[in-house]
Amino acid sequence: MQLSFLGVAIAFFSGGHLSAAQQTSDLPLRSFQNIFDPLSTPAKMIHESSLLVLIVSAVIFVVVSGLMAYAIWKFRARPGQDDKEPAQVYGSIQIEMAWAVIPIIITVLLILVTARSIGEIQNVEIPEDAERIRLVGHQWWWEVHYPEHGFVTANEIHVPVDEITHFELQSADVIHSFWVPQLAGKTDCIPNRTNETWIEPFETGIYLGNCAEYCGTQHAGMRLRVIVQSREAYDAWVANQKKPAVEDPTVAAGKLAFEKTSCVNCHRMDGTLAKGVFGPDLTHLASRQTIAAGEAPLNPESLREWLRDPQTMKPGALMPDMKLTPQEVNDIADYLMTLK
Amino acid sequence: MGEHASTATYRDVEPTVITRPGAEPGSRTRIFQDLVFTVDHKKLGLMYIGAGLIFFVVAGLMAAMIRMQLAIPNNTFLEPEVFNRFFTMHGTAMVFFVGMPIITGMANYLVPLMIGARDMAFPRLNAFGFWIFLFGALLMYFSYLGAPGLYGAGSAPDVGWFAYSPLTAQAFSRGHSTDYWILSLLLTGIGSITAAINIIATTFCFRCKGMTLGKMPLFVWLMIVVAFLILIALSPLSACQIMLLLDRFLGANFFDTQQGGSAVLWQHFFWIFGHPEVYILILPGFAVASEIIPVFSRKPIFGYPVMVAASVMIAFLSLGVWAHHMFAVGMTSMGNTFFATSTLLVAVPTGIKIFNWLGTMWGGQLRFEVPMLFCLAFLFQFLIAGLTGVMLAIAPFDWQLSDSYFVVAHFHYVLIGGLLFTIFAAVYYWYPKAFGRMLDKRMGLLHFWIFMIGFHLTFFPQHISGMLGMPRRYYTYDAGRGWDTWNLMSSIGVIFQAIGLSFFVFNLIWSYFKGAKAGDDPWDAWTLEWATSSPPAEYNFEKAPEVKSRRPLWDLKHPDDPDWKHE
Amino acid sequence: MSTAAASDSDWKLPSPRKTGVICLLIAETALFSIFVVAYIYYIGRELNPPFPSEVLKLPILATICLLSSSGTIVMAEGALKKGAINGFRLWWGATIFLALVFLLFTAFEWRELIVEDGLYISTNVFGTTFYSLVGLHATHVVIGSLLLLSVLIFSFAGKLQKQHHEHVEMVSWYWHFVDAVWIVVFLVVYIIGR
Repeated sequence: MQLSFLGVAIAFFSGGHLSAAQQTSDLPLRSFQNIFDPLSTPAKMIHESSLLVLIVSAVIFVVVSGLMAYAIWKFRARPGQDDKEPAQVYGSIQIEMAWAVIPIIITVLLILVTARSIGEIQNVEIPEDAERIRLVGHQWWWEVHYPEHGFVTANEIHVPVDEITHFELQSADVIHSFWVPQLAGKTDCIPNRTNETWIEPFETGIYLGNCAEYCGTQHAGMRLRVIVQSREAYDAWVANQKKPAVEDPTVAAGKLAFEKTSCVNCHRMDGTLAKGVFGPDLTHLASRQTIAAGEAPLNPESLREWLRDPQTMKPGALMPDMKLTPQEVNDIADYLMTLK
Repeated sequence: MGEHASTATYRDVEPTVITRPGAEPGSRTRIFQDLVFTVDHKKLGLMYIGAGLIFFVVAGLMAAMIRMQLAIPNNTFLEPEVFNRFFTMHGTAMVFFVGMPIITGMANYLVPLMIGARDMAFPRLNAFGFWIFLFGALLMYFSYLGAPGLYGAGSAPDVGWFAYSPLTAQAFSRGHSTDYWILSLLLTGIGSITAAINIIATTFCFRCKGMTLGKMPLFVWLMIVVAFLILIALSPLSACQIMLLLDRFLGANFFDTQQGGSAVLWQHFFWIFGHPEVYILILPGFAVASEIIPVFSRKPIFGYPVMVAASVMIAFLSLGVWAHHMFAVGMTSMGNTFFATSTLLVAVPTGIKIFNWLGTMWGGQLRFEVPMLFCLAFLFQFLIAGLTGVMLAIAPFDWQLSDSYFVVAHFHYVLIGGLLFTIFAAVYYWYPKAFGRMLDKRMGLLHFWIFMIGFHLTFFPQHISGMLGMPRRYYTYDAGRGWDTWNLMSSIGVIFQAIGLSFFVFNLIWSYFKGAKAGDDPWDAWTLEWATSSPPAEYNFEKAPEVKSRRPLWDLKHPDDPDWKHE
Repeated sequence: MSTAAASDSDWKLPSPRKTGVICLLIAETALFSIFVVAYIYYIGRELNPPFPSEVLKLPILATICLLSSSGTIVMAEGALKKGAINGFRLWWGATIFLALVFLLFTAFEWRELIVEDGLYISTNVFGTTFYSLVGLHATHVVIGSLLLLSVLIFSFAGKLQKQHHEHVEMVSWYWHFVDAVWIVVFLVVYIIGR
């Protein structure tokens, strides 16, 4: 107990203890995830290769539909033509060759561009000192490991700007898919398999992402955030996350209630009795912006609503109604709000 | 009577009426007996199409409710479980209980007539195929009543129409809803395979004298290609479904990732079926367009041999593109490049076909009857669909677009803009042949324009919401993502589609009783089905026809300049 | 379009029976191919024993029986073409007998695998792919045997004549297909996979 008091004191005075609001309040919220506004290297590479196919498609569309429209106008049957049939043309080898050769040339061009783009993105060299994250998809939340820093969080990923971050993608149950359009194309999280992807964002911000592979009832409720920060802010965040859970004696009642009910079976709080891995790690819950994988912003009211019955906020969620008394709800909510 | 009906006839006598033992002709019992015990390809064809249209309405209502839920963000019209069942049932029904039977029905009805035959090669197998299809389809809907799903009493499958593992494992799909999905499709798959066997045997073995393979109507050619695709592609679906059944009931480990099984293996097997399946669905649309466009352009199809070759090439290539549905699963760059390449290649023969249809129209005398209008819309919409398909073939672009509403837009442009529009064209074109009465033209025009507006209003905006990051199969979405407007537009389009379809359904029923009498050949067409009465006698042709060219009726109507001089 | 006074002898079309059976065999080939691909994919991927090299023995006798049955069926067809119904019944019966012996060998093999080696379909991916592929083939042998039996019964009931040789040939084609599949299964499961 003495150690933890010391730990809090050190953290508080070392300046590594920034509130969630202070860390991220100046970051733009990027909710408009337009794939044509890439803000990370792989997304930009995709964007460049897509421009060629878009232009080619647009040209083909204009030409062919123009010819169709022209034909419809020019060759419409006019009154008085009923008795004579038009010239019966059965085909023409030359014309067939022409309109086979041109598409083949276009296709070959697209194939070559595509092959190069695929290689560029998939076979990138990840530098030794890149940040590495292991993302595990669950029904219906994201488990985020920082193996080199030794901590686990959930649903909100922090990365440094202007650097490559490498992701290992896994799943604990069914197939999910990690998709933040402005950062990279999507890659699936498949059980018993480790996929890889990478990002290199060039603008800070809070990037909204979604699960992109149908995974059951709350597939739509499996949101994620990638918070791209300056190196300093990122390092501060990491330092905070590595600490064990905050010990605040004023919310001891809530902590007790948490440990007494079966919360500890599913959730983990570093430095406490709670060591469950079925549900999200809650060690620094209050340092996040949302709860329940983006279902609601993090604040005491939403926490209380969730604790009263998760099923009303997120029907089908695997956290059952814990049948807490109103007193327990308030206490636990207050306790959770201290876990910065 | 159509404005351009021909006056030539090929029948010296009125059709002989065949009587069979049974209940009083015209009585309700008799009608019931005729339907249940028939082996006649025409009746079975109409039964297939009728069943398909009924399931179309049911699946369409589900889609309407999906769009109602998605009209505004954070809507609570449908609960997530209900929504997930709806999109699964909508997709499964549209592919297997609407698309496949309508295609089978059209082939059944038209192929024997077009080749001058009396019936299909195996009439009883034909009937068997229909009834096993119907049983399978009803079994799927029975799951609403019979299956104890994850959520209590009665639930239909909710795993998506392609049912990825391990979501379909016992652990994640408790109860029997997934089992209904498997069993129902195993049954309808048997029906499809028997229909394919029948089509191939009929076309190879029962063509009338003089009709070499090179003189068959393109419709028949395309149905042969479709039938071969069915033979090759349907079995992989049955195979992986049997594997899933073994996993779920006997603890097998095909897709059980905890025991060394592979979830991705399901995807490979499913899409080895699934991709050829979508070509199975669209090629009959091409078949219809290849019959209707020439007649209403008053010219033969441009480049018949090239059209045959292109169709065969499309079918062949379609067997090698399946993993373009799997670009996001983490295949190697070699794998991704291979499938991007094969997918881009299949665009070439497809494009050639579009050019050939255009070439058919070029220099013609276009008559804008309702069947032709639907075919012209098909050309325009399929062009868009094909181009978005090319975009999706570019694997890196697909890493953004796959599993988003862009894909939903793409395949609805193919299946509604392409297939459904040609089905409408086929109905307006051949209804007079089947029932002896023309469909009302004014109602047809209302159907066409209103439905087309609704179709584009619903599906074009989905390209945009997809490009703005909206994933598919979401029962609701947050405001402030840039998706609201497009979803609202998309939902409003449903109203127009519903109105257009109402005109269609009303037309079908009204014209049966009050439509103008069609003769044998109301459109002044050239293939053999127009050489017999409307409706045809049970035996189709009084005398077995004999042909010398691809357009036997043209030869008869133009003895001075018959086709066989030019072919 | 003339009204057919010309002779029809020069308008030759294939036999619908043969076309139908070939189509069926194409679909069946596709079905088996997927199970074979699954088998090959999972070779060496077992997480736990028993492993194929430990428990699989080459089914030499069973294979000889099944492949000979293709020979006996050819002999039966030859007899039918000559009108020798008794010879047909003999050879055809021999075919059925050989099929049943094959199934018996399979039953013994499975009994040993299940009871003595503890290999079930749920044990590991080897069990899964083995029982499903060999089982699918055995199911086809059973169906084929039932078809063969029906023909034998018809022949005893006096219903089978010389002109039915094409009908009988269609059953024999199915039978040859089942044998050909066994060759593939044998190679993949007992040679390559072991």
